[in-house]
Amino acid sequence: MSQTQSMGGQALLQVRNLRVEFPTRRGTLVALDDVSFDIHPGEVLGVVGESGAGKSMTGAAIIGLLEPPGRIAGGEIRLAGRRIDDLPYEELRRIRGRQIGAIFQDPLTTLNPLYTVGDQLVETITTHLPLNPAEARRRAVEWLEMVGIPAAAQRVDSYPHEFSGGMRQRVVIALALCAEPKLVVADEPTTALDVSIQAQVIALLKTLAREKGTAMMLVTHDMGVIAETADRVAVMYAGRVIEIGAVRDVVKHAAHPYSAGLMGSIPPISHRVERLEQIDGSMPRLSSIPPGCPYNPRCPRVFDRCRVERPELLPAKANRAACWLYAPGEEGRLHG
Amino acid sequence: MFSFIVSRLLQALPVMLVVSFISFAMFAYVGDPVAIMLGQDFTEAQRQALITDLGLDKPFFVQFLSFLGNAAQGEFGLSYRLSRPVAELIAERAPATLELALCAAIVALAVGVPMGVYTGLYRNSWLSRFFLTFSLVGVSLPTFLIGILLILTFSVWLGWLPSFGRGDVVRLGWWSTGFLTWGGLKALILPAITLGLFQLTLIMRLVRSEMMEVLRTDYIKFARARGLPNRAVHFGHALKNTLVPVITIAGLQLGAIIAFAIVTETVFQWPGMGLLFIQSVGSADIPVMAAYLMMIALVFVTINLVVDLLYYAVDPRLRIGRGKGH
Amino acid sequence: MRAFFQSDLWWSFTRSPVTVASAIVAFICIAGAVLAPVLAPHNPFDLASLQLMDAFKPPVWGSEGDATYPLGTDDQGRDMLSAIMYGARVSLLVGFCAVIFSTTLGVALGLLAGYLGGKVDAVLMRIADIQLTFPSILVALLVDGVVRAALPRETHDQIALFVVIFAIGISNWPQFARTVRGSTLVERNKEYVQAARVIGLPSLKIMAQHVLPNVMSPVLVIATLNLGFAILAEATLSFLGVGVPPTQPSLGTLIRIGNDFLFSGEWWITIFPGVALIIMVLSVNLLGDWLRDALNPKLR
Repeated sequence: MSQTQSMGGQALLQVRNLRVEFPTRRGTLVALDDVSFDIHPGEVLGVVGESGAGKSMTGAAIIGLLEPPGRIAGGEIRLAGRRIDDLPYEELRRIRGRQIGAIFQDPLTTLNPLYTVGDQLVETITTHLPLNPAEARRRAVEWLEMVGIPAAAQRVDSYPHEFSGGMRQRVVIALALCAEPKLVVADEPTTALDVSIQAQVIALLKTLAREKGTAMMLVTHDMGVIAETADRVAVMYAGRVIEIGAVRDVVKHAAHPYSAGLMGSIPPISHRVERLEQIDGSMPRLSSIPPGCPYNPRCPRVFDRCRVERPELLPAKANRAACWLYAPGEEGRLHG
Repeated sequence: MFSFIVSRLLQALPVMLVVSFISFAMFAYVGDPVAIMLGQDFTEAQRQALITDLGLDKPFFVQFLSFLGNAAQGEFGLSYRLSRPVAELIAERAPATLELALCAAIVALAVGVPMGVYTGLYRNSWLSRFFLTFSLVGVSLPTFLIGILLILTFSVWLGWLPSFGRGDVVRLGWWSTGFLTWGGLKALILPAITLGLFQLTLIMRLVRSEMMEVLRTDYIKFARARGLPNRAVHFGHALKNTLVPVITIAGLQLGAIIAFAIVTETVFQWPGMGLLFIQSVGSADIPVMAAYLMMIALVFVTINLVVDLLYYAVDPRLRIGRGKGH
Repeated sequence: MRAFFQSDLWWSFTRSPVTVASAIVAFICIAGAVLAPVLAPHNPFDLASLQLMDAFKPPVWGSEGDATYPLGTDDQGRDMLSAIMYGARVSLLVGFCAVIFSTTLGVALGLLAGYLGGKVDAVLMRIADIQLTFPSILVALLVDGVVRAALPRETHDQIALFVVIFAIGISNWPQFARTVRGSTLVERNKEYVQAARVIGLPSLKIMAQHVLPNVMSPVLVIATLNLGFAILAEATLSFLGVGVPPTQPSLGTLIRIGNDFLFSGEWWITIFPGVALIIMVLSVNLLGDWLRDALNPKLR
């Protein structure tokens, strides 16, 4: 049983030993295995990893919208101390939008094409806040202004297809934040956007989260975004958290060999390098995760124990990493 | 908006032209209308007179044009079988068919759409399974058998409802309606169910599959993630998005109902256009067949136009040029 | 063959009891119909063996039932079970032939339209569009009516079976043509077809060898679903009295004949052929539905 330390004070979101399974005809796939982390009020937790590592799945599990047949098979999720993973649908629905907002990847498909953005905002606001339609509409216009839509008072009656991709993602952000949730799960919020717009949208998210004191779980595979935005970062691999720590420490002094490889793949802006590091091989499929440490077939520092026993998160450097190199009695290997 | 309608009308034109050409070709070349109209005894002079009378000696193109002109005025000549003007026959029969088709369409939509929504939302409930099985049986049951089974149950065994004819009808000008009398309404029940059942199952299956498709989209997931109540997600967001394809198919089905009325009218001896048509097919009464074909084509083209307009009303993405600046 | 039993298709087949059941029922129907001359207890067309005394016998469980006629007899003393088996033979024959006809026509025209493009494509698809505007049963009725008007009565009776097959077949080609055209357009632009063109293979050969196999699975699904439709269409035409000639009664003809006795209490003359028709069509449709879902991974 791993114990994730609290950084002091009550955590807003506590995820403990979360396990998500997909029953299939060839047996049960374990998509998330023993995932634990905390998010504190106002904090931005970056979640990184290759596609298929379980980043988005973790977000979906938190907002209670796993795609069937996926289901939470173990562990618990607490929001402000209250357990939410086993709530009935209707109670969880009241939490979604109101206490946990969500931002999806592709703004072109996240907005209902048949309603104006104003309608969609008003609908969300009146669902969660005690406002009448006229007040809600005023609030909707304010939100469009806040996310930087020019001429918001007119654009509120436009349909999604009348906006560009970047503008649509701003609308999505407004929709996610308009009921003032304490936590936002942002799943690859800039991946589908033009590179030139990505930075603007990330900056907007960061500013709004800071202003409103909203905590954020930022799922991305872009280490650059994480380094710039996140306070802490969790690295995921094959459905597990393999390293977690303050963003500075993880980026500069990654403890797990996988994270170290991942950080080596960030092109540094400050100085030129001859070549970027590359991790050989690819992440195992969920149906064939090797025993022991899931990274062992690719790990340059693998030893016998890694192939047999599964490592839990252990204190490693300034972070916590799931790697036997940091187990008591293996210290010698670190410098070997 | 105006240009939209005009462009749709222009698309409908070739359809009508092709259909009238087929009708005309049937009219002019299938069988020998002169021989049929003259009967057994005639002189060569009578024959020539009739040919001139019918304009059969004129060039092909002129004949086609005069056929078109006549058709536009609802003039299709005399029925071979009944020796009465075709237009008169059809006008006499039209109310019966239209009232029947209207009732069947209402049955199909009012029952089919809710059933489709329900089975799309609750895919695995036992009621959904029941509806689906029912719909499969509905699709596999030929219309005439449904009619026969209904007659056997409700007319022969239970004796509740009439098994043939329109019951008492009231004349309103040239229109005769069965809506105003108890007997007329009772006579409508079985034929309307028979005719509507197949469309009902089709509409249900269509709504169901569209609903399932839409429920998988990101915007529905996002609507859930915003914490909207199920009612709003299902009916406000999902159902509205399924409407676009459903309107198309439902519109086409409405046209199909009028055509399928042929079978229902035969089973129930319903004095409508379908019965007239099938009697004409049986006795090779070409003028009636040609006129019926053109009428059905007109109905279909009109329905298509209405469907396009509805589309336009539902989907803002089609309202190009109405944008408020970008 | 082993590959087939290990395939996903076979797996999803064995996983669906309804599908297995309908496959068995369909097989029994087909076997019963094809082997009617061997299996049927009586020969309904042998006038010498008909006994008017035996007319209107109710089914065997009725009070006056007779074990020689398990499903009763009609107005001429014909054994219903045998009549149904022979009738199903005609229905299936027409159904299969009509589907083969529309498949061949539709696939050929679809390939042509998709592969040649341009004017051929525009004209063919426009025709298909116009035809699809009308319900196919109406098209079949019209074709039947026109042929009937064009031919003298005696000739018509002789070839009525072919007329029905032609009418039903022609009413259904656009569905095949559209699907095949769509897939052909996709395949045509793929590199292997371009390559085959570059090395100078004749168009026909490219279409037959490279494009055709790639469009076969949707065609198979449509054909299966269409078999049910074609059987129903034949029954409908025959019920309306414009289908197969009364000398070769199909299930639809039997139902029409029986319909006259509905009110005098001899329900079995019309109900049993009806039930046979439903069972046959339902099992075929269930198979078609399953095949469509199994071959379309999007629907799972």
